[in-house]
Amino acid sequence: MDDSLIPRRELDFLLFDLLEVERLAERPRHADHGRDTIAAMLDTAEALARDHFAPHNRKADEAEPRLENGRVVTIPEVGAALRRFSEAGFMAAVGDAEWGGLQVPYSVNLAINALFSAANISTMTYAFLTQAAANLISVFGSQAQKETWLPPLLAGDFFGTMALTEPQAGSSLADLRTRAEPQEDGSYRLFGAKIFISGGEHELARNIVHLVLARLPDAPPGVKGISLFLVPRFLPGPDGAPGEKNDIALAGLIHKMGYRGTTSTLLNFGEAEGATGWLVGEAGQGLAAMFHMMNESRVIVGNGAAALGHAGYRQSLAYARERAQGRPPGAKDPATPQVPILRHADVKRMLLAQKAYAEGALALTLYCGRLIDDEHTADDAPARAEARRLLDILTPIAKSWPSQWCLEGNNLAIQVLGGYGYTRDYPVEQTWRDNRLNPIHEGTHGIQAQDLLGRKVRQEDGAAFALLCDRIEATIAASRDTPPLASHAGALENILVRVRATTAGLLAAMAGGRAETALGHASVYLEALGHVVVAWLWLKQARVAQAGLDAAPAAAEHAFLTGKLAACHHFFAWELPRVGPWLDGLAVLDGTWASLPEDCF
Amino acid sequence: MKVLVAVKRVVDYNVKIRVKSDNTGVETANVKMSMNPFDEIAVEEAVRLKEAGTASEVVAVSLGVKQCQETLRTALAMGADRAILVETEAELQPLAVAKLLKEVVAKESPDMVLLGKQAIDDDANQTGQMLAALMGWAQGTFASKITLADGKAEVVREVDGGLETVSVNLPLVATTDLRLNEPRYASLPNIMKAKKKPLDTLTPDELGVDVAPRLTTLKVEEPPVRQAGIKVPDVATLIDKLKTEAKVI
Ligand SMILES: Cc1cc2nc3c(=O)[nH]c(=O)nc-3n(C[C@H](O)[C@H](O)[C@H](O)COP(=O)(O)OP(=O)(O)OC[C@H]3O[C@@H](n4cnc5c(N)ncnc54)[C@H](O)[C@@H]3O)c2cc1C
Repeated sequence: MDDSLIPRRELDFLLFDLLEVERLAERPRHADHGRDTIAAMLDTAEALARDHFAPHNRKADEAEPRLENGRVVTIPEVGAALRRFSEAGFMAAVGDAEWGGLQVPYSVNLAINALFSAANISTMTYAFLTQAAANLISVFGSQAQKETWLPPLLAGDFFGTMALTEPQAGSSLADLRTRAEPQEDGSYRLFGAKIFISGGEHELARNIVHLVLARLPDAPPGVKGISLFLVPRFLPGPDGAPGEKNDIALAGLIHKMGYRGTTSTLLNFGEAEGATGWLVGEAGQGLAAMFHMMNESRVIVGNGAAALGHAGYRQSLAYARERAQGRPPGAKDPATPQVPILRHADVKRMLLAQKAYAEGALALTLYCGRLIDDEHTADDAPARAEARRLLDILTPIAKSWPSQWCLEGNNLAIQVLGGYGYTRDYPVEQTWRDNRLNPIHEGTHGIQAQDLLGRKVRQEDGAAFALLCDRIEATIAASRDTPPLASHAGALENILVRVRATTAGLLAAMAGGRAETALGHASVYLEALGHVVVAWLWLKQARVAQAGLDAAPAAAEHAFLTGKLAACHHFFAWELPRVGPWLDGLAVLDGTWASLPEDCF
Repeated sequence: MKVLVAVKRVVDYNVKIRVKSDNTGVETANVKMSMNPFDEIAVEEAVRLKEAGTASEVVAVSLGVKQCQETLRTALAMGADRAILVETEAELQPLAVAKLLKEVVAKESPDMVLLGKQAIDDDANQTGQMLAALMGWAQGTFASKITLADGKAEVVREVDGGLETVSVNLPLVATTDLRLNEPRYASLPNIMKAKKKPLDTLTPDELGVDVAPRLTTLKVEEPPVRQAGIKVPDVATLIDKLKTEAKVI
C-alpha cells in the first residue's frame, strides 16, 4: 500500500460516522449520492491516487517545470494524471448538472481532494484551481459566460487560475494596479503585472482561464474599485474553440521550495495592445466575488495542509514499524534483538501528536465542507444562514490551523526518521517543504488572524462567535455524563468560559482606542480559538468512537476506535493546556509588539 | 452475442493480509474488499467487445454474500448492462461456483463466459476449467488476447514457455491473464448510472445446486518470515554457498 494515502476507514469515519454525509441524499441536489455511490467514488479516487498521482510525486519535485523555447515543459506524468482525473469525472464533481457537473456534495469532494492531495499535492493544485474557477463562474458569471466556459472547465479540457497578487499588492489587495479599459464591443483590455500565479502557464490543457482582479479607469481607490475579469490564454474563435493567443506574456517561472510540480508564474497582461477579457459579476464587486470563493478556497488550502499532515504521519508510521533500534527500558542485554522504534514511548508521542493534528485538521475542514453543503442546500433559510455564519467564523481557522499544526506534524515526521528523515531518500522532507506553503498563500497566517479578530468575531454584533460557542456548549452538555469523556467536557467548558471573557476584553480594547495593540495579538487569538475548536471536534470524534466501542466491534475496528480515543486524550492532555497561557497573554495585552520603535530592531 | 462475466469479491490487493488468531482463515472483518483484479480484466474485455459492437449485452454475475452487490455495481459502473447475484452465506469452493455458474448459463444462454484465471484470495485457478468441463464447452484459459470471428475465437494463451495460440469454437469459456488489457477506472458518471441498472438476485436453492464444500481447510498460517540475507565477498564464495549450503546448483 502506498504509505501516504489516507486510510479509507479514516475517511469513512469522518464522512459517514461523524458528518453523516449520506443524509445529504435526502436533498434534491444530491439525490444520486447515497452511501454506496460515495463509496464507489472514493474507490475510484483511491485507485487513481495510488496508480497515477503518488508515483510521480517525487519526480515532479525533482524535475521542476522549465522553459524551453518560450514554452513551459512539465514532466508528462502530470498531464497524464490530470487527464485521467478529468476522464473519471472528478473535475466536474461539484458542478451543476446543467453544465456537465455531477453535484457531488462539497464535503465529499473535499475528502476526495484530500486523498489526491496526500498522494501528490502539486499535481492536484491544477485541478483545485480549475474547480475553483468553475465555481466562481457558476456563481457570478453571465449566462453566456457559463455556456462558453463551464463545460470545458468541468471536463478538464481547460484549466483555471486565480490572478490576484501583484508585486506591490500581496496581502494588501487594496493596492493592486492592473487596469481594465472598456472596449466598444463590451469587452475589456487589461494591462498589468501579476506575480505568483499558480498554473499561470503550461501545456497541460487546451486553454487557461485566468480570473483576474483589476481596476476600471474611473474606479475609486482601495478595495471598492476592484473588479473581476475572465481573461483566457487563447481567445475563443468563431466556433468557440481556442483561437488566437491573447496578449498575456509569461515573464518568468518562480523557483520554489515545495509544490514544485505546479508552475508558479509571473504574467504580464497587455505588453502590446492589451489582454482581452470580460467582466465577471458587477463592476467594483471583484473582491467580494473573489472572497465568496476565497472562503471555499481557504478551506481547500487547510484541507490540503491536513492531507499533507496525514501523508507525513503515514510515512513516518510505516518507517517506525520497520526500523529496529534500541531496546525497551530495562532490557539491556545486547544479545536480544532490537525493537522497532514504534515500541518507544517517545516515538509514540511524536506519532500520536501527528495523528491528533492530522485527523483533527481533516475533521475541521470536512466539517466546514458540510457547512458549505448546508449553506447551499439545507431545508430552510434560517438553517442556511446559520451554516453561513458558522462557516464565516471557522474559515480563517480552517485555513490556518491545519497549515500551522500539520506543518508541525510534518516536522515531527522528520524527527521520527532521525538522520534518514533529513535525507532526500525518504519522502518526509518533501512533505514538509510542500506544506510550508500553506501558512503563506490564500492570505497569510497574520491576515487570517486579522480577518478573524478584526471582522468575523465582531460582525453582526458577534452573532457568529456566539453561535460557535453554542455549538461547542451543546457538545459539552451531551458529553458531561459519558464517563470516559466527562473530564474532557469539563476542561473544554472551563476554557470556553475564558475564551468568551478574553474575546470580550479584546473587543473592548479595540473599541477603547487600543485597536493596534489588540490586533497585533490577533495571531495568538487565532491560535487559541483554533485549538479550542479542534478540541471540540476531537470531543465530537471521541463520542462517535466511544459509541462504536460500546458495540464491541471486531479486533481491527476496536484498534481503530481505541486509536481515535487516544488521539482525543492526547489532544486534551497536551494541546488544550497550551491555550491557558495564550489567553493569559491576551488578557494582559502587553504593548511591546505594537509600540517598539522600528529603529530598536 | 451475449457475454457473461463472473466477478468475485476478494480482500483488496493493497491490504496486508492477517491470519485469524485461531488459524481457521484470514481476517476479513473491517477489511477493504474489492473486485478480484483478474475479474476486472474480464469485465474490461467484455465491455470492449460491447463497445466494438461485437457483443450486444454484458451480464455480470457474482456469487456469495449480499455485499457482493458492491462488486457487481463496480462491474456495472465499468460498463456491464445488468447483474445477477447468487446470494448465499455458505462457503463456496470452485466446484460449487462452477455448478452455480452452469445453471446461470443455462438461464442466460451467453455465447461466451469470461472469468479471471484465478482469484487472488485462494489462487485456485479452477473455476473456469470446471465450468467448461461441466458445460462441455471449449475453453481458452490464461488469455492475453481474444479475437472473435465467424463463430470462432482465436485465443492467445500465456503458457510457461511463451505464448500459445488456439482456435476454438463458440460457445466458449475464457479466463483472463494480466496482459489481456488494462481495466478502466469506474468513472463518476458511470457510478451514478450503475445505480439504475438492474441487479437480480438468485439463490443456490432456486438453481437447484448443492454447494456443500468438498474440501476441508485444516489450518491457515502466515508464510515463514524471510531470513535476512548476507553479503558474500566474491562470486566464487557465492557459487560455493549455492552448491553446499543452499544446494540449488
Ligand atoms: C507558491 C505560491 C503560490 C501562490 N499562488 C497564487 C495564485 O495562484 N494567485 C495569486 O493571486 N497569488 C498567489 N500567491 C501569492 C500569495 O497569495 C501571496 O504570496 C500572499 O498573499 C502574501 O503576499 P506577499 O507574498 O506579497 O507577502 P506580504 O504581503 O509582503 O507579506 C509579508 C509578511 O508581512 C505580513 N503582513 C503583510 N501585511 C500585513 C498587515 N497589514 N498586517 C500584519 N502583517 C502583515 C504577512 O503576514 C507576511 O508575514 C502564491 C504564493 C506562493 C508562494
